[in-house]
Formats: sequence, C-alpha cells, structure tokens
Amino acid sequence: MFEKALKGNKYYWMWLAFLGFFIAVGVVSYLRQYYVGLTLTGMTRDVSWGLYIAQFTFLVGVAAGGVMLVLPYYIHNFKAFGRITILGEFLAIASLLMCMMFIMVDLGQPLRALNVILHPTPHSMLFWDMCVLWGYLILNALCGWVILTAERKQVAPPKWIYFFVYLSIPFAFSIHTVTAMLYCGLPGRHFWLSAIVAPRFLASAFAAGPALIVVMALILKRVANFDAGKEAIDKMVTIITYAAITNVFFLSLEFFVGYYSDIPGHQHSLQYLFFGLEHHGHVYNNLVPFMWGFVILFLVGISLITHPYTRRKSDLWLGIGCASIFTAFWLDKGIGFVLAGFLPTPIHEIVEYYPNINEIFVTLGVWATGFFILTVLYKIALGVEHEIEA
Amino acid sequence: MDTNRRNFLKVAGISTLAGLGGTTIVNRLIAGVDEAHAAAAAGAEMEQKAAETIRYGLVIDIKKFQQDPSLGEKAVNACHQIHNVPKFPEKRDEIKWIWMTHFENAFAESPNLYQDEANQTHLLPILCNHCDNPPCVRVCPTKATYRYEDGIVGMDYHRCIGCRFCMAACPYGSRSFNWRDPRPFIENINRDYPARTRGVVEKCNFCVERVQAGLQPACVEAVGDSKALVFGNLKDPNSEIRQILKEKQTIQRNPSLGTIPSVFYIV
Ligand code: SF4
Ligand code: SF4
Ligand code: SF4
Repeated sequence: MFEKALKGNKYYWMWLAFLGFFIAVGVVSYLRQYYVGLTLTGMTRDVSWGLYIAQFTFLVGVAAGGVMLVLPYYIHNFKAFGRITILGEFLAIASLLMCMMFIMVDLGQPLRALNVILHPTPHSMLFWDMCVLWGYLILNALCGWVILTAERKQVAPPKWIYFFVYLSIPFAFSIHTVTAMLYCGLPGRHFWLSAIVAPRFLASAFAAGPALIVVMALILKRVANFDAGKEAIDKMVTIITYAAITNVFFLSLEFFVGYYSDIPGHQHSLQYLFFGLEHHGHVYNNLVPFMWGFVILFLVGISLITHPYTRRKSDLWLGIGCASIFTAFWLDKGIGFVLAGFLPTPIHEIVEYYPNINEIFVTLGVWATGFFILTVLYKIALGVEHEIEA
Repeated sequence: MDTNRRNFLKVAGISTLAGLGGTTIVNRLIAGVDEAHAAAAAGAEMEQKAAETIRYGLVIDIKKFQQDPSLGEKAVNACHQIHNVPKFPEKRDEIKWIWMTHFENAFAESPNLYQDEANQTHLLPILCNHCDNPPCVRVCPTKATYRYEDGIVGMDYHRCIGCRFCMAACPYGSRSFNWRDPRPFIENINRDYPARTRGVVEKCNFCVERVQAGLQPACVEAVGDSKALVFGNLKDPNSEIRQILKEKQTIQRNPSLGTIPSVFYIV
C-alpha cells in the first residue's frame, strides 16, 4: 500500500518538503546535542526535565485521544465513525513515534536505552510506561493495517483482529494513566502528587486528540476531497466539549485544594504558573503568559465549538475552535504541567527554565517528523478510500 | 552490573567501585569466572549479614559548622577533589555532591518566621541522605541507582541511561547530572576514582569505596577531630554515632515523606 504515498500533487510534495526542512534542522541540532551534551538545553539540576519530556507527556495524550473514535465505533456501534477511525489509529501511531523520539532525545546516554529491557525493573513506572507505549503502538499499527487492507479488498476484516481492537481500548487508557504515574507518585513534588493527575490527563487527552482529528478532517475535506461526514464531526465536537470542560473542572479542583487549605506546598506551583511566585523580593513569572494563553484559548475554543452557528454552519470557525482547544491544552500540559512541578526546588530556591534555541530546533524537528509520518499515513488511508469509491 | 558480580568484587577485596569497571576489574573477572561463582555464593551470605548488622549513617553538628565556618569548605573540597567532581564556569551545568546552604533551605518544610540568628546567617552542609526507603532507587528504570545492603545508595555510572527520573524523585535535590563532558573541568584529577562521562547522574556515594576499604568518608576525615561530622554504623548500639544520637536531640530533613534518611543533624 505504500505506493499510495508516492503519488501526490504539487501541494503534497511542497508540504512534505516543508516538513523535511524542519526535520533536517532537527537532525543537525540533535547531532550537536549528541556530541556536546544536554547542556545545549535549558535544563539544569533543578529543572531537570524540560521541553522534551513535556512534549512527550502531551503527545501520549494525543495518542490516547484516538480511542475516542475507536470506542464509540466498536463498542457502541456508532456507524458514523466508520470512515474516520483509521484517522484516529494513524494519529496514535504518529504521536507514539513522536513520544519515543522525545524520550530518546532527552536521554543522556541514548545508546544505553536498551538497559531498560536488559535490566527490567518493575518498580519503576518508566519501565511500565515503555511496555504500554510499545504495546499501544503495535496494536494500532496492527489494527490499522489489517482493517485498511481488508477495506481495500472490500472484504470484512478477519475476526481475530477484533480481539486486538478491543484490547487497544484499555491500552489507550493505560498509556496516559501510566504516564501520569510517572509524576503523581513522586514524594516531595506537591504539584504532581495529586490523585487527580491521571484523570486530568485523560480528560485533556480526550479533548486534544479528537480536536486535532477534527482539524485534520476539515483540512482533508478541502485538500484531499475526503469528507468525514457531518454526523461524525458533530459527535466528535460533543466529545471534545465534555472532555475539555472536565479537564478545566479538574484543574479548578486543584485550585480549590491549594488555596482553601492554604498549604503553601499545594499553592506554589499554581501560583507560579498563573500569577507569579514571589521569593526573596523577586517575582518569578515566566510561565504566566502561557497559562493565561491557555485560559483565553480555552474560553475562545469552547465558545466557538458550542455556539450553534460557529459549530454547525462554518467549517472555518469550527476548525479555529478545535485548534484553540488543542493549543490551549498543549500550553497546559506541553509546557506548564511539567515545568511547574519542579518549582520551588526541594531546597526552596526558584530556578526558572528557558529553553535553548538548539533544544527548540530539536523539538520542532521531532514534531515535523511526526507530521511527516502522519501525512504519509493519511495519504495511504485516503488513497485506499478513493480507490474504493472509484 | 548484577548482584553476583558486585558481590564477587566485594569478596575479592577490590573496593566496590560498582560499575566503574576499571580494566583490572574486567581482567580479573575474565580470569576468575569460576572463582566468581564460588565467591558469589559466599558474597550473598555476607550481604545478608551486612543487612542485619550494618547501616551506615552520618551525624552533622550544625553548631560546630557555625563556630568554625572553614569546616564546611574543607568538607566540600575534600569530597569534590577525591571524587573528581568538576567545577563548571556556568552555574547551569553545576554538579555537587555536598554543599553548604542555609537552615531555611535544608529544612524548608519547617519554616520559622523568627529564626535564631545563628541559623539565619550560618551555613550547614547537605548531601544525599542515603534514605532507607529511597525514592530514587524506586523510580530508576535500570537499577543504575541501587541500595547496598549496608544502607548506602550507590550509582552505576555505566548503566545509567540519563533519564533523570531519579532527579525528579529525590525530594532533597541531592542529585546532579552531567550536562556536558566533565573531564576538562576537573581541576586535579584523582586517578583512583573514575571520572564520569556526560549524560549520567551522580551524587554523594557515602564514600562507599573508602568505607568498604575500612576508611572514613573523605568529608568526615577533612573536618578532623572537630566531630562536626561523625560517620558510623547505626545498627551497632555501641558505635560512636549511636552514643551521640542517644545523648543529643537530632532532626532529619523532611522525614514526613517516609524516606527514612540516614543523615542526622544536631541543631
Ligand atoms: S537523598 Fe535523594 S538521592 Fe539520596 S537516597 Fe534519598 S532519594 Fe536517593
Ligand atoms: S538517570 Fe540514571 S540513575 Fe537516574 S533514574 Fe535514570 S537510569 Fe536511573
Ligand atoms: S560521604 Fe563521601 S561522597 Fe558523601 S559527601 Fe562525604 S566525602 Fe562526599
């Protein structure tokens, strides 16, 4: 089926070349980092995870979000999702590959990565995270491919594949739960040490993932002559709405616990994120604009996707609404959550994190690689669709 | 490095530079595979015994560091010199095993608006607590951070993948990462202790290489007879450290987290 990715119009190739440019920049930047060390990032002994791990965390959510198509279709027999579950599965594949790349670029000794398998350590959540991420990747690749092949031959998919389809549903939940457990089981990091982290991650994932799929579907409608169908889009927007509101509701609970209990440890990170944290006469607030960006984009997005006119009458406004939700939750999880957890440091100092330009290029490179993979996969999927129609 | 090999090294009388893998160690391993098996069995027994009878700990007398501020510098320099801890020009690359800080930082979880003057102005040393229940060991996905039976929390620099999960997990900020190649920044290299490569984590190792050879930790030695630092076996009721703990009131850093630190402070 890969041959379908090799035929495309001018815009297809221009888009791939555009991504290819960023991939090349990313590769060069990564090689620099590989030979010099992670000193070419903004991380320090105090804020020891940065942009890379934050992107990883966010993208695990995007990958898990694909299940919001698979579940209604296979469990509730919601037929309208039939045409687009493949978009969800392929998005999961691309996101998971990005996750793995972000982990690899973050490692100080990437050549030793296999030590996680050579010395399996079940009491480390990172070990389990690796297991479920690989499991989910393999499941999605298998299900996506088998079902697409069957579709191409216009036969029903083999029965055995349904076992794996159903298996992929708990896996989707597990990848983001285990990723939350990387954080919420660490003593002394009050912001992360909260049982609501896992549910919050899931809620944000089930909004951000489908939001990206809606944006993709709207773009594909224009550029690739592929219509996901009004009913499917509408259902997805409903899912996004509930999930997005749930995420923000969970966050507001964190605010209540922190500020009503008035325990400093429970407030510091929230204070730092949203208002700036005062320490020895200096106010540290470099993430404040991002977090208010999150709040504003969320409000804009949720208004656009719930107002009847923008939601149903205008693809453009709907697309902007979904893109706003996606970006808002990226700011929340792909920037704020991970960085703020490190502050204040265990010895109550404030060390702010500013990404290095090299680190930003590597990050862009990984995102570009992910979108490159995603474009190719979608091209194949749509090629098959068009072939059937013809 | 697996437990057997580690035990073998111990029994063979080579100081337990676990995972540092100098060529002599490797050669002896190759030469002595058979003995290794026999020795490993004996070693496992010894470890068992160590677990029951040994747990190393350290008492830090804050008053003594206040009375003689030069002690702190001595302890820090001795440790960093002997362990090849680099000095970087940029603070962001910083690596430290033991360092001087304020009371309010070391004991941040017990703030006091009306702190006594001495503790406001003077510094005290902090280092890895060699927790009995160490979160860093719990989270490490490769067992590159592990706990010896005698309570010391050690590092295998050759196994560490540099994921820095342990740094997020340590609630005391005891760990540092080699953001760049440290070798050019080591002032006087000590050939008896390996320098690290970039991309791995490191921290105070309670001088495991010295302790298992019957010596005192370098920082303890450096403060001499001042008794500002006293190292010893917490499981031996007759040890000096236990005598001190019996007589003086001590506190620990953030004990409410359940990590059970092995480092005690006399206020
Ligand atoms: S102080 Fe930190 S590094 Fe040392 S044993 Fe405890 S958790 Fe591990
Ligand atoms: S950085 Fe090294 S020691 Fe720390 S958790 Fe990762 S592998 Fe273990
Ligand atoms: S015990 Fe040894 S490694 Fe630890 S701070 Fe003292 S000298 Fe350094």
